[in-house]
Amino acid sequence: MTIEALPAGSTADPLALELLQSVVDVARAIFGAQASSVFLLDEEADELVFQAVSGRGEGQLVGRRFPAGRGIAGWVAVSGEPMVVDDLSANASFDRSLAESTEYVPAALMAAPLVHGNRVLGVLEVLDPVGQARGSLPELELLSLFARQAATALRFAVQPAGAAADQDAGLPVRHRAEAARLLRELEKLLG
Amino acid sequence: MTSASPGLTWRLVDKHPADIPVAADQTHAPTVLDGATGRGVRVCVVDSGVERDHPAVGRVDGSWVVVKDEAGITVEQTETGDTCGHGTACAGIIRRVAPDCELHSVRVLGERFSGTGDILLAGLSWAVRQGFDLINLSLSTTRPRFAEDLHALTDDAYFNRSVIVASAHNTHVESFPWRFASVISVGSHAEDDPDLHLYNPNPPVEFFAPGQNVEVAWLGGRTIRSTGNSFATPYITGLCARILSNSPRMTPFQLKSALYVSAANVH
Repeated sequence: MTIEALPAGSTADPLALELLQSVVDVARAIFGAQASSVFLLDEEADELVFQAVSGRGEGQLVGRRFPAGRGIAGWVAVSGEPMVVDDLSANASFDRSLAESTEYVPAALMAAPLVHGNRVLGVLEVLDPVGQARGSLPELELLSLFARQAATALRFAVQPAGAAADQDAGLPVRHRAEAARLLRELEKLLG
Repeated sequence: MTSASPGLTWRLVDKHPADIPVAADQTHAPTVLDGATGRGVRVCVVDSGVERDHPAVGRVDGSWVVVKDEAGITVEQTETGDTCGHGTACAGIIRRVAPDCELHSVRVLGERFSGTGDILLAGLSWAVRQGFDLINLSLSTTRPRFAEDLHALTDDAYFNRSVIVASAHNTHVESFPWRFASVISVGSHAEDDPDLHLYNPNPPVEFFAPGQNVEVAWLGGRTIRSTGNSFATPYITGLCARILSNSPRMTPFQLKSALYVSAANVH
């Protein structure tokens, strides 16, 4: 597990960072995936920023940026809808901006928006899930449910630049500790 | 007191039934759609654009983009294709189901992230004003402030015989305009039959169509497999295009009835 420095425009709370890392670790475990990432939406710069990474790319991608609104992660961010795609390996041009920034083109990809209220905070992505986890409606549902939980963590972990109007005080400390404990237990259960 | 538009009819007092004849097509189950290819039906995909010269999409008769700048929001012709592949995927499904329909695209995603709700509204409004027979909208907005305008717009479309086929959200959230009765709303079923559509006895999602692990057109002239209500919706749009090419005088409520009586679970 690697926790990197957060990009400019966000706050680095060690507990929040641990939560986010736990989110991507658990997402990767749930879907038996090669990698999982959380992207933060930086509305000012109109970019998505790698916020936490588990698996391939871990340790080198956090902080990298690519244009929001382009590619699959971009579509998920602007539409607020989850998406599951397969057979990407036959299509290296599927998402050039992401492929160039990750130096890794997956065969399959699942992505869900991290939503708080009506605002998209970012995107949770799972790369190359195991075969049976690909391309079915129940997996789309599971990913979306988990993304809701991740969004709760992201909501008080990171305050994007320009989000002042929508800020709240976050969860009380005891609730944050409880959320962290629950995620750690879930991670253990999933092995 | 404001005076009503002269086109509005509030009651029938100065005319008789014989004065308002309607040339109609009968509503019946479109059991025989052989030879119905969507020819003559104008379809618009409101999405991320459509890639030009994609083999699974073929001819795109018009490409437009909604642009937002300091001067406001405008709709302009564009040579650019698709920013992510989603619109191309929808167009490819429509083309597969209704190979001879006329396909147009208006891009409402992919410029900047902000302001997507008003750009969606502007693009949809433009498509309604153009009088397309069918408008495929595999998108929705969760922002309530757009709900009222979208509701009025979908009603306008309905009364002007421009049928909006709209995706339900993939998760359990309220979004618009698929929630409105004046559109045809679509979700996915998980059956393997690529030509199966079902009526939902518990709306607001009215129809289910294939949306699981569907082969779809994507960027670079390729195809991928994808899952979601986004891809069930253009199947219904294509089916509507075939029905309308056989019965071009059908009204939106007749079209919805035709989908209903032809659904595999309606006996």
